[in-house]
Amino acid sequence: MSSSAGRPDGRTGDFGKQPGAAAVGGPWGLVRRRLADVISQVAALGALLVIFVLLSLLSPNFLTYNNLSEVVVEAAVTAIIAIGMTLVIVTAGIDLSVGGIAALAGVLGAMLMVDAHLSWPLATVVGVLIGGAAGLVNGGLVGWVKLAPFIATLGMMGVARGLTFVSTGAVAVYGLPVGFNVLGQGYAGPIPIPAICLIGVIVIFGFIFTRTKLGRYSYAIGSNHEAARLMGIPASRYLVLVYVLQGLLAGFGGMIAASRVSSGQPNFGVGLELDAIAAAVIGGASLFGGQGTVSGAIIGAFLIQFIRNGSVLLNVNIYWQDVIIGLVVWIAVSWDQFRRQRITERAHVT
Amino acid sequence: MEQMNSQDASVTEPMLKVEGISKRFGGVQALQDVDLQVDTGEHVALVGDNGAGKSTLVKILTGAEHADDGSFWFAGEERHFRSPLEARRHGIETVYQTLALADHLDVVANLFLGRERYLLRLGPFSVLNRAAMKTEARALLERTGVQIPDLGAMIMGMSGGQRQGVAIARAAGWGSKMIVLDEPTAALGVQETAKVEEIIHTLKDQGVTVLMVSHNLRQVFDLVDTIWVLRHGRMVGARKAAEVRPQEIVSMITGADDASGLEFA
Ligand SMILES: Nc1ncnc2c1ncn2[C@@H]1O[C@H](COP(=O)(O)OP(=O)(O)OP(=O)(O)O)[C@@H](O)[C@H]1O
Ligand SMILES: [Mg+2]
Repeated sequence: MSSSAGRPDGRTGDFGKQPGAAAVGGPWGLVRRRLADVISQVAALGALLVIFVLLSLLSPNFLTYNNLSEVVVEAAVTAIIAIGMTLVIVTAGIDLSVGGIAALAGVLGAMLMVDAHLSWPLATVVGVLIGGAAGLVNGGLVGWVKLAPFIATLGMMGVARGLTFVSTGAVAVYGLPVGFNVLGQGYAGPIPIPAICLIGVIVIFGFIFTRTKLGRYSYAIGSNHEAARLMGIPASRYLVLVYVLQGLLAGFGGMIAASRVSSGQPNFGVGLELDAIAAAVIGGASLFGGQGTVSGAIIGAFLIQFIRNGSVLLNVNIYWQDVIIGLVVWIAVSWDQFRRQRITERAHVT
Repeated sequence: MEQMNSQDASVTEPMLKVEGISKRFGGVQALQDVDLQVDTGEHVALVGDNGAGKSTLVKILTGAEHADDGSFWFAGEERHFRSPLEARRHGIETVYQTLALADHLDVVANLFLGRERYLLRLGPFSVLNRAAMKTEARALLERTGVQIPDLGAMIMGMSGGQRQGVAIARAAGWGSKMIVLDEPTAALGVQETAKVEEIIHTLKDQGVTVLMVSHNLRQVFDLVDTIWVLRHGRMVGARKAAEVRPQEIVSMITGADDASGLEFA
């Protein structure tokens, strides 16, 4: 998971084979630079392990199959959306509308099953596509109308949530077909289906991030938009696609969540954008763009879920959860900034 | 060394021929009826005081600005580039003063930015051929004499000279017909400048045509065959670097007959 730590391509270098390797601060300079690249993710992974060990020691209920599969299922939706959020953040964007889009997809998908009697697999696909359509609007506003991502998706946050309430009359949609429960509540052997969905998304997006044109261009656009343009990259088109993918993932997350509670809940996902952004940032994504990995998003999402789960197990007041997560985000962002300064200073010295 | 001799330009057709280019910005006549010629394989410097119009001319030739009047021929064809991308497609590579590198991508990714190699073409989901790009990148850097110890290192954290090296190697790497450099060493220290000059020298050996803007006359005399001088938007003349004294170039730049008070930097 941590193999692609900190760098988009995840390759190990081959310093020493090239002439002049010693000229740039010696081999140690390179090793240090590499360490700085991976360290924010290693730190997040370390924090994850520490919390894991602590909770195992403090609560007898933590290290049980039931609790851990609960954590995985709870984390899955956040993690799936955090992966899309990371891609958006890599392009130097942000998406505040994921919670609203997830809720909209969930209730409309549910209504298609209940009112239109669509088969549940088809309704699920349509729900995901509804998310994609909302993402297309976000992407169009960012890529073509050139609105700031913050503003474009803030608008969509309101629009999607509003449409959710309008279409349901603010009441939850019940009476979903039993078959649909498998998506959020089913198991394949000992493994919960949402975990399998998450693994699928990890594999697909891990590939997209590191191996495809889209991944490469996302990093380029986020790192230096003007350079990307001068090198002939159609930045607007790729931005649109990135927001569409994020919309699809939000829609997928919304459908899983609906299946978890066997209903379409118009209130689902309030504050989900904060968890997704926090997960991405804790995992090393930089809000300035150009930086972020799938593995980081997963580590971040699980760190957040461990904090929430641990608070429940240890009877910590539920409102402290958000305080703790906020503190972790501050630490992660400060570290990012600190590291950025160090690298810039080093560049001026050499 | 390959013999790309600018003396017998009559034999080869010029790479670039500029005739009567004019450009006005509001009340400023940035360029007035400017001619310029760059022969194939020749290294040419464009010099002139601040505001003489060097960057404007370069921008017109590379598609970033459009001339009000006049025309130019590149590789035998008359061209009106509408964008830098179009100029690139026709073989003019520009090393921008800002370098246009993506800091978070590694050297290989930057060398291939916008022109990646693929294993499989699936639109935006095309699969990168990273091994091929790495191999090609290594060969390219070797050919251009750019020394980068770690091809997998991010551009962020590299020295100014290394960045400039990557940008030049990228421009040189595409079988481009001409490379345009706008003040390639303006932001560099002495050692880094020497390295970049070495790289430009290597391009000469390989027969790559170069048009560079520079304020550094020492550098200009070291690197180029022909010096073209702009003053207040007009081309005041061209001189072979081997046949002219620096003082004469200085007086062409300033318009003064007596340049004795000016330093030869
Ligand atoms: N976009 C623009 N709008 C208005 N005026 C411009 C613009 N670009 C250039 N100019 C003017 O045109 C003239 C020529 O500018 P240019 O940048 O070509 O000079 P230069 O020779 O490159 O100078 P320097 O050595 O300072 O880079 C200057 O008077 C400048 O102010
Ligand atoms: Mg200039």
